[in-house]
Parts: sequence; C-alpha cells; structure tokens
Amino acid sequence: MLFFLETVISGLMAGVMYSLVALGFVLIFKASGIFNFAQGVFALFAGLALYDFIAEDGWFYDLFGFALPIWLGIIATMGVMIIVAWLVERLVLRHLVNQEPIILFMSTIGLAYFMEGLGDTLFGSDVKPLDIGLPSGAWDYLLDTHNLYIEKLEIVAAGVAAVLVIVLAIFFQKTRIGRALRAVADDHQAALSVGISLRTIWVIVWSVSGFVALVAGIMWGSKSGIQFSLSLIALKALPVLILGGFTSVPGAIIGGLIIGVGEKVAEVYAGPFVGGAIENWFAYMLALAFLLVRPQGLFGEKIIERV
Amino acid sequence: MKLKLLTKALAVAAVAMPLTTAVADAYELVIPATVYRTGPYAPNGIPFANGYGDYYKMLNERDGGIEGVKIKYIECETAYNTKQGVECYENTKGTPPSGGLVYQPLSTGITYQLIPKATEDKIPVFSMGYGRTSAANGKVFPYIFNLPATYWDQASVFIKYIGEKEGGMDKLKGKKIALVYHNSAYGKEPIRTLEELSKKHGFELMLLAVDHPGQEQKATWLQIRRERPDWTMMWGWGVMNQVAIKEAASIRYPMDKFIGVWWSGSENDVLPAGDDANGYLSGAFHAAGDNFRAHDDIKKFVYDKGNGGGDRDRIGEVLYNRGMVAAMWTSEAIRTAMRMHNTKEPTSEQVRDGFEALDVDAKRLAVLGLEGFTYPVKITCENHTGPGKVALQQWDAKAKKWSFVSDFYTADREVVDALIKEDSENYAKENNITPRTCN
Repeated sequence: MLFFLETVISGLMAGVMYSLVALGFVLIFKASGIFNFAQGVFALFAGLALYDFIAEDGWFYDLFGFALPIWLGIIATMGVMIIVAWLVERLVLRHLVNQEPIILFMSTIGLAYFMEGLGDTLFGSDVKPLDIGLPSGAWDYLLDTHNLYIEKLEIVAAGVAAVLVIVLAIFFQKTRIGRALRAVADDHQAALSVGISLRTIWVIVWSVSGFVALVAGIMWGSKSGIQFSLSLIALKALPVLILGGFTSVPGAIIGGLIIGVGEKVAEVYAGPFVGGAIENWFAYMLALAFLLVRPQGLFGEKIIERV
Repeated sequence: MKLKLLTKALAVAAVAMPLTTAVADAYELVIPATVYRTGPYAPNGIPFANGYGDYYKMLNERDGGIEGVKIKYIECETAYNTKQGVECYENTKGTPPSGGLVYQPLSTGITYQLIPKATEDKIPVFSMGYGRTSAANGKVFPYIFNLPATYWDQASVFIKYIGEKEGGMDKLKGKKIALVYHNSAYGKEPIRTLEELSKKHGFELMLLAVDHPGQEQKATWLQIRRERPDWTMMWGWGVMNQVAIKEAASIRYPMDKFIGVWWSGSENDVLPAGDDANGYLSGAFHAAGDNFRAHDDIKKFVYDKGNGGGDRDRIGEVLYNRGMVAAMWTSEAIRTAMRMHNTKEPTSEQVRDGFEALDVDAKRLAVLGLEGFTYPVKITCENHTGPGKVALQQWDAKAKKWSFVSDFYTADREVVDALIKEDSENYAKENNITPRTCN
C-alpha cells in the first residue's frame, strides 16, 4: 500500500512538472489561438540563457569577468525572453494576422527549429548543470521516519506551479491586459475594432509565456541539467493539453496530474507484463480516450460553430 | 587602370592555376565521419567527434597524414538519427579521390542499417565497442569490425566483477541484478548475454526499459526502490544517464553497486549529479585524462594552430579520448593496408585487409604516444573484435576524475563465443550468406 501511495505521489509530482510546460502552451493558445510548437524550445533557450548569465563558464563571465547573482540572472533572462517575444511578433506573427490557425502553427514549427539552432550556436550543446539553490534528493524526514520517498525538487515545483496558476488566473480575470488578451483570443478583428493593439498584446502574451518557459526550464534543468533534450519535454505536455483543454489554466494542472499518475501507475503495475517503457505512449492513449468522449478536454471551451 | 588590374589578375590566375591543380590532384585518404553535433545526444556526440577529428588533423600536421598521404576528414551531421546516418553514408561514400575508406557510425541503429550496404559496397564499418555484437564473426561479417570489445564481453565482465565483489561467482546464486536500458537496439543488445549468464550463475535478472530520451524515469527508479536489486547495470546514452544517476542517488541506491556501460561513463553523465555521483562505476577500454604524448601532440600541432575541434581544456575527457582511440585504430588499419598492398592509394577493400591484419601491440602504442592508454589489439579474419577486455573505472566527485579500479578482465568466452556463433550463423542463414573461409 505504501508503495502504491509512493507511486501515486510521484505521479502527481511528475504531473506538476508536465503542467509547468503545458501552461506556456495554454497561455499563448488562450490569448492568440496559436498552438506554439516552440514552447519546449523556449524552455531550453531560457535555461541556456540563465546558465550563461550566472555560471562562471558562461559567456557573460567571459565578457565581463564576473557572473550575475542568481536573482539578477533570472531578471536578465526574462529580459532576453521579452526580446525574443518582441522579435517573434515583429518577424513572424505580424505578417500572419488573420491567417488560418494551421499557418500560424506551421510558423511555430519553423520557429522551434530556428531557436534550437540559435541556442546551439550561442550557448553550445554541452550539458550545463544548473544549480540555483533548489533542494535535490529525497525528503529525508519522510524517507527516514515513514519510508516514504518524495523528491524535494518536485515539492518545490508543486509550490511554484500553484503560485503560477493563482497569478495567471488573477492576471487573466482581473486585469485590463488579461481581458484584452481574452478578447484577442476570441476574435482578432473584433479586438482590433475596439482599439486593442494586437501587436502589443502578442508581445505581452509571448513574454508571459517566455516567463513560464523560464520557470519550466529552471525546474527541468535542475533535474537533469540544461541540455537539448529539454526541448522534447513539449511532447510530454501534449497529452496534458489534450486532456486538460487547450484554453484552461486549471485544466493544464489537472491534466498534468492525471497524466502523471496514470503513466506512473501504468508503468509500475502494467509495464512489467508488456516489456516496460509504456509510460510515454500510455499518456497519449489516455489522452486519446478522453478525446473520444470530450474533444475539448476536461476544462476546454466547447466550440459551437454554425454550419 | 581597370584594364591593368584585370591583366594582373589574369596573370596571377594563370600562374596559380597549375599550383592549385597540383594541390587538388594530390591523393588524399577520405575518412567520412557521421557525427552528431546537434540534437538530444549532442553533448556526447561532440567530444567524440572532436577527439576523432583532432587525431587525424594531428597526423596531417605532424606526419603529413598516414604514410605521407594526407587525410581528407569530412563530417556529416546525423543528429543520432538512423535515417540521416544512412543518407550521410550514401552522400559521402563516393567522395573523391579515394572514396570513403571506412565509417565510424557512432550509433548502433546506423550500424545495423549499414551492415548490408557497406558489405555490398566493400567499405569497412568500424563500430568500436557498439553495434551488432555478432559482427565479431569475420567469416559472416567480412566488412564489420567491432574491436576492441563488444557489449556482450562487457556484460559478462560486469558479472565477473560483481561475482568478485560478492566473494566468488558461486555467491551470485539468488542475487538480484537489474539492467536499466535505453529502449532501442543499442540498449537491448546485452539482454541475451545477461539471460544466459543468469542461467549459468543463478542470479535473478530484472529488466527495466527507459524510452528515448530518458528525461523522466521516476517509474523505473520506483521499481528499483521496491525490488532493491543487489546490483544495477545501465545501458544508457545522453540525458538518460544523467537522470538515472540523479534518480539513483535520490533513492539512496549505493553508487558503488551501480555500473554503467562505457557509453554511460563520461564526465557529462556524472557532473550534473554533483557529489551524489561519487563512487559510480562504468566500463572502459581506455584511460581518461590528457597525460599522454599523443595529447601533447594534438595540443601542439592542432590547438596551438587554432584548428582544434573543441575547447582545449576538454582534451582528455572520456568521450574525447574515445574518439581519439577510434581514430588511432582506424589510421593504423589504413597504414597496415598501405604497407600490405604496397600502395599510397589504398581502396576501401584494402583497408578491410588492413583491419584484418591490425596488430597494435604495446610497443606500437608506445611509438604512438599512447603507452598504457589501452591494451594491445590484434585482429584476424575470423575474429573482428580482438581481445574483448574491459576494465572498470570509478568516478571521484571531489577530484572530478575517473580512475581505474580494476584490471582489464577477459570476457566469459564460453558464453559469449557460443552466442556470437549462434547469432552470426542465424544472420547468415536469414540473409543467404555463405560464410567465407579464412586461410
């Protein structure tokens, strides 16, 4: 029983990590109707930039002879992500207003490849061990006293995700910009006609998404080091989005938790009977099953179209 | 004025033309390299490619190439993708003047695809310590070489080491040994041998697959925590290694009972785990560090001239040295071929002969500036692997250094050779190959 509990808790914690990536997708989709395929690469790029600001073998140190303190590094990285958002709007999105969603989606695939190459060129392909003081390893107290294994980093990730959801919910529901973001998501033309600047809104939402990517990059980077494979965590977020809905912030969290628990329980209990390594495809199977009964996801908006 | 300039330019061009033609006409030994400097496995692919390329550059600068003939080293990016690897092979095999003389795919997946193609094209494939283990049988695989040891050799050496640590091979009975493996052709390669060894010594084998790329392994390590195997082996690559070592530390699995394949034993794999990785073990067939004369020559002839493939301070890392030793054996095989056939323009088929007569003994290693770097290797027509010896190295997190903690063990030949025979004969039967005779 204790092992089952451990599996479920580990699944929940892993789910939170997936949710952190899924949140970035939701933000952009919610505000601009674009499925940003490059979100995983954004997390990688943000992680790489942060490392190079704060590490003694980063280019910032080479250039100025000192590394930035962690808090300043995070701010500087956020600055980089805002510049990236501005460039994306200026060079890509501006030219694609009112295009079909598939065109916008394709442009983000191109963006992903470009950012991967740029990240490689600017920061190199080495594994960069990220240490910003987050705790690692098992929670000793629980392990020693109750023989229960939970990772400290994942508890921190859960806390961070909770704060992010609250902040984002307030931002979308209670602020002027948040309302403008939702208006743009509903209808580009209508939003423009009431005086909302599409360009500004897109820069803002891509910047916020860049911030979420930075948080995801920090969490995943602390786990495995910053390296190219971080960009592939986007694939982990996909079933979460299908399950939770592309437009719901709480959906990204709940979806993440369901996927996390589902895949861990499946891997541990069913995996040994079918040769193991089933958690990746199990997540997609779970999402597929949900699609059949609820195409808009658990919390997504039901789209009703006149025929 | 313009006319004058034009006349001068034409004159210079006329004088330079024969010179450039002469340079272009100089025979070169084409060695294509299917590398991966991009993609999720780039952190491992880059140091290997640097060591591999730097050694050839050093030979060109120091000795004027091999036997006085320059090496034309060309890289083709595969991103560790089998399809791209095959495309690279097809695109580079005809590169003039010599055509691709030998391939080092650095991927078991690509190697498997190249086995029939390269055999048909009569181009040797040197899958050093990876690829299809039964390619050791030169009678069935005339163009594939996997020296100096195979995954099956390594798996059996790990079991020998474990037996020794447990107080004798008879003490393995009833023990539980886990294999955490990359869910790919590469990761599955040792399973067959381990199953045989499990029958022979009576230990319980626990198999745990990890899907590409291996960023998330919580479920795997929860199972290890529950089952608590006495020893755990890992056949990983890339991010899978780093995450596994961190997860093992997290569940407090003893690092000195955790052994990685030689592709899971580089600085990249242990550094992200920090002090937690202290004591982690891995297989090895060459030394780490840059305190050999060959390294000094690379620094002097390549890096001092600004031609190095990577950072100077990363010379001597495990994967850099692995690329370097691969280039050393390759260039020695080409040299052997040139001497055997008394030619400065060897063909790929002759290079195959060079591999089959390869004999890099301790004396030759000393001449090459690699005394004690690895063990002597002698290849024959029948045996394309050679000695099949493996040592264990251990990571010292404080000193950030790998050191050997064992001698080079010989593999369990009784089990491994029987499996090689069986597997290669099955391959021959499936592909209508009549094994050649070796006299």
